[in-house]
Amino acid sequence: MKNIWNFFKGTLVLTARGSTAYYCWVAGLIVLMVIGALTYLVQLNDGLIITNMRDQVSWGFYISNFTFLVGVAAAAVLLVIPAYVYNWKPIKEIALLGELLAVSAIVMCLLFVTVDIGRPDRFWHLIPFVGILNFPQSLLAWDVAVLNTYLVLNLTIAVYYLYNLYYRREPNKKFMTPLLLFSIPAAISIHTVTAFLYNGLGARPFWNASILAPRFLASAFCSGPAFMILVFLMIRRYTRFQIKDEAIQKIAELIAYAMFINLFLLGAEIFKEYYTGTIHLAPMQYLLQGLHGHSALVPWIWTAMLFNFSAFMIFLVPDTRRNNTTLVLGCVLIFIGVYIEKGMGLVIPGFVPDVLHEIYEYVPTGMEMALAIGIWATGLFVFTMLLRVAIPIMNGDFHVADDGVGFHIGDNMFFLRRADRDRLVADSDEEPATKSGKNV
Amino acid sequence: MSNKSQCDKHAFQQSRRKVLKGLAAGVGALALPAPNASASAWEAFFQKNFRELDRDELKQVLARLESEYSKEYGKDVTVKATLPIEGVKYGYGLDLSRCIGCRRCVYACVGENNQSREPQIHWIRVLQLNKEKGVALEYAEHYYNPEEVPVEGHFYMPVQCQQCENPPCTKVCPVQATWQENDGIVVVDYNWCIGCRYCMAACPYGARHFNWTKGKLPKEEMNPETHYLGNRPRPTGVVEKCTFCIQRTREQPGRYPACEEICPVGARKFGNLLDPKGEMRYLIENKRVFILKEDLNTQPKFFYFYAT
Ligand code: SF4
Ligand code: SF4
Repeated sequence: MKNIWNFFKGTLVLTARGSTAYYCWVAGLIVLMVIGALTYLVQLNDGLIITNMRDQVSWGFYISNFTFLVGVAAAAVLLVIPAYVYNWKPIKEIALLGELLAVSAIVMCLLFVTVDIGRPDRFWHLIPFVGILNFPQSLLAWDVAVLNTYLVLNLTIAVYYLYNLYYRREPNKKFMTPLLLFSIPAAISIHTVTAFLYNGLGARPFWNASILAPRFLASAFCSGPAFMILVFLMIRRYTRFQIKDEAIQKIAELIAYAMFINLFLLGAEIFKEYYTGTIHLAPMQYLLQGLHGHSALVPWIWTAMLFNFSAFMIFLVPDTRRNNTTLVLGCVLIFIGVYIEKGMGLVIPGFVPDVLHEIYEYVPTGMEMALAIGIWATGLFVFTMLLRVAIPIMNGDFHVADDGVGFHIGDNMFFLRRADRDRLVADSDEEPATKSGKNV
Repeated sequence: MSNKSQCDKHAFQQSRRKVLKGLAAGVGALALPAPNASASAWEAFFQKNFRELDRDELKQVLARLESEYSKEYGKDVTVKATLPIEGVKYGYGLDLSRCIGCRRCVYACVGENNQSREPQIHWIRVLQLNKEKGVALEYAEHYYNPEEVPVEGHFYMPVQCQQCENPPCTKVCPVQATWQENDGIVVVDYNWCIGCRYCMAACPYGARHFNWTKGKLPKEEMNPETHYLGNRPRPTGVVEKCTFCIQRTREQPGRYPACEEICPVGARKFGNLLDPKGEMRYLIENKRVFILKEDLNTQPKFFYFYAT
């Protein structure tokens, strides 16, 4: 118990230290979080009327963000699989970072669901035995179950691993490996269940296609890893942590395959709807062409298609994949592209036209966006804090002091200027310190 | 007491309150009642699902609601929880050859069922359809507003909750806040619904409506004869829907739903589907009857027909 408390104290001190850039970044996030929280207070007071959701389009921007982020969270397995199933070392060193991303993404997911429900004061109705969780009938009940399991699972793995490194012990493989392996089906399940949540509704032909779950998975394996690559490149550039090129290359290659499958499945869906041309075509038309003069989503979805396709080409061609500039470009394009396609592009056409074929065109209000930005800021804040602790631990810059009680902090900056970083790395290369327990 | 008999099964959940009190104390979230809130706010917070209330608890809940509403609306409000009548399953018939699209039913419903006037919530939606196209919802006009109805070349189709025998809306609810009663009416416990709106996504008929904000219900227009599962005033952030006027139809002697009563051309029929000599059975057996979106297997108990 004492050890845990000491570790916790150490992390508090550690997260409070950093370079000016670190402080600015965190302060910026906190400002956005406060704005989001204030908006939420208004929403609690006035009700969801402050959004543009109405009976016709009863889920909107919040649930779109939720859906996208479930994908980002699930994508952590793309690192775990090569690392632990195939025992591939370069990725093993960074798989933990993927888990931290998963934790942050799930936190955002849960927040997005919370702000979307009309009666957050009744959250306890969802707790089994205390309230009534309608399991296994309701897919939403399944989602609550798998998302929370996934969150706890990833947190356990990450904290256990870091905690042991901090105390300069070898993490127990017998404990870690089963959990890591279990995280693979768990990740797939959060995504499949979320897809089924939409998929199982006969009332909404746009979602009621069996291709939905596979499409979900394929696009998740693009957006999550794309974000990871961006984070890796940043970490590599601005912190003392080093990440091997081959690891990043491998991930980029996997993204290319996933994107191919995603585009293929999308094509299959478009073909089916347009060629058969039943009345179920209407939502697809609304999305791609506009329907009866309503076309709010059209420019967005075509942007997404263009981005996804260009990114696919970038990742497919080895030259552009290996070039840092085009690699970054590809990742940004994919992230935005999938955000549009799997967010608003998936949720809104389910409601437009609505079940009685009324067209209500939904565009989120400023308040909805402010709240959503607040949640994104919260997620990034959580992720930053996790990285702030994890990276020095993995670098050997943060560990228990020699007396076994206090802590040693060797990294007071976290974000470094490029030149400083290069100097530091050069220094450490001369005397390769034994970074104990860096690899599991 | 068919619903009540289920509550024995859940006897183990009786300890729920205790667990919760500890939990709530630990959470102290924003949305909880303020620490100085009245005792009844806390009672409402800890209230169990309707189907798990025992007789005494139910009495208490109804009394609490009655006093709350009476105070708020300045009149004697009764909140009943009349149970389904044995051997009854309600069905509705709508004669498309008679309906003139006057929307009187829409407003009779609003008056009877205490819907919010601002923003407006309507449980009935009348669609104006083109005679040449037939029952094709893609061509429906929702907000038609001519000088006079019916408009040449058009016919009218009111849509409300179809009280599906196989309701997709209740299945998806994550907390069992909505269910089908033994007389076939699909109801919502407004004190249990968490407002996730999954049921709205699942309903193929647009029958469910959400309280996006605290609805306005003028005191003088408030109907004080209410049912717990029906027309009592609704809190913010929950879903509501047509209940075939549960507060009228379950009484003995019963009354017809308000929409049925008001219809000036007699296009609306209502009755017990289990009564072999009843009007509904006659209709189904002798008229050209259809149900909406038959392919979804929701099995509506709302039958459209052409009498002529
Ligand atoms: S019409 Fe909609 S709300 Fe009514 S029972 Fe059927 S699915 Fe449920
Ligand atoms: S909105 Fe209410 S009734 Fe509908 S599914 Fe959610 S909790 Fe159940």
